[in-house]
Amino acid sequence: MEHITLLLAIVVVTALVFDFTNGFHDTANAMATTISTGALKPKTAVAMSAVLNLVGAFLSVEVAKTISGGIVDEKGLRTEVIFAALVGAILWNLLTWLVGLPSSSSHALFGGLIGAAVMSAGWSSIDGGTVVTKILLPAIAAPLVAGLAALLATRLTYRLNRKMTDEAQLKSTAKGYRAGQIASAGLVSLAHGTNDAQKTMGIITLALVTGGVLAPGSNPPVWVIASAGIAIALGTYLGGWRIIRTMGSGLTDLRPPQGFAAQTSAATVILASSHLGFSLSTTQSCSGAVMGAGLGRKGGVVRWSTATRMFVAWGLTLPAAGLVGAGAEFLTKQGSWGVAVVAVLLVAGSGAIWLLSRRKPVDHTNVNATEGEPAGVVTTAIAAVSPPPAGVSVPDLKTTIHAPTAETPADRPATV
Amino acid sequence: MNIDWAALASVFGVSLVVTVALVGLFTLGITGLAKQASTTQAGGAGVLARTRAYACFALCVAAVAYGIYLIVA
Repeated sequence: MEHITLLLAIVVVTALVFDFTNGFHDTANAMATTISTGALKPKTAVAMSAVLNLVGAFLSVEVAKTISGGIVDEKGLRTEVIFAALVGAILWNLLTWLVGLPSSSSHALFGGLIGAAVMSAGWSSIDGGTVVTKILLPAIAAPLVAGLAALLATRLTYRLNRKMTDEAQLKSTAKGYRAGQIASAGLVSLAHGTNDAQKTMGIITLALVTGGVLAPGSNPPVWVIASAGIAIALGTYLGGWRIIRTMGSGLTDLRPPQGFAAQTSAATVILASSHLGFSLSTTQSCSGAVMGAGLGRKGGVVRWSTATRMFVAWGLTLPAAGLVGAGAEFLTKQGSWGVAVVAVLLVAGSGAIWLLSRRKPVDHTNVNATEGEPAGVVTTAIAAVSPPPAGVSVPDLKTTIHAPTAETPADRPATV
Repeated sequence: MNIDWAALASVFGVSLVVTVALVGLFTLGITGLAKQASTTQAGGAGVLARTRAYACFALCVAAVAYGIYLIVA
């Protein structure tokens, strides 16, 4: 630890900040359905997820050792490049959180890394084939796999369950579904801790290696493991309520059987994909599972306008984070003052996004605010025809919320 | 570019089968218990239904345990 320069220290802190945004961005994956169906109280859910993330972070260091996975040629990496990549990923994570859209934190990180590496060493430092096989194809496959599994599982569970009519029986099955859902959500949290906290450990270790503090190929030091685990757990506990709301009740209205089917599908897809050698994004699997479960129930409705905005965000993740990463790398290339400017811009940008989020806060008290109103014909029709609510001023909307039909995606600000 | 279609297909297949099987088993378990809740005086048949329900849950617990094993390993 004794040879850590100021630049390295900045990179380590930025990596931990990314880890933190990763935590609160991805709480929704594990807990959105659990919160929206009422299986757990919002605060209890995020606390449970945070603890499991922390535990997960200490379970293994395998992912950390293979972090860049061949997308970027490590030899061309300088510490500044890693810093620029992290800046791109953090800003994209914060922006998608502000508009309440689930998007993959790992893709944001890859995007930032690609943009920064291209700016630093040219296009030759990127393996285009790896980008397609590791990012583009999984982005299409993940929601399809998880969605189809959740759809079939929802159909099946409703079918097996159709004879349950009297009050006592319904109560008993609802309790069962809740328990099952909590178990699946716990698995997702644990898997997230092992995967995503390790990505940060890998980044910090990579930075320490490129900075000459650690020998190449060494394991992450204990303080790196501990701080990465704590950062992701704190982020998770803070809860990305905006994203939880979109995923839990914005995409579709989930009932306990659907929540259980969706969460089980997500947990299965995540574990199957990471152990059969075809890695799929946790966020995309979970969103796909939620939509599949929405379609699986008779009369279930997926709000395609929200879903479309989410798909657009997925498509933009790589180029947007890449552009920011490239811009940041352009500045850091100019020398120490460039690094300082990027650091200032990062703090200012994050601060601005946070201030914007205060205009219409979403927290554990109103995370389910849009839930409970069935998506009837009118709501669905409005959702289908309402234009993307670009540029609507938020205070105006507040005055119209009392009408039940105001429960459309227009309820949530889509752009800044 | 080398797309590993076999891995993708196996992820697809395994996810589909395991999800549907688990959700099906668990639903059988909870509906079994729920039927029991309303027919407690059924006697022998009740015990059988309950045993079947617990067998379903045991399989689900085994699947979760395997999941945790996969995460740790």
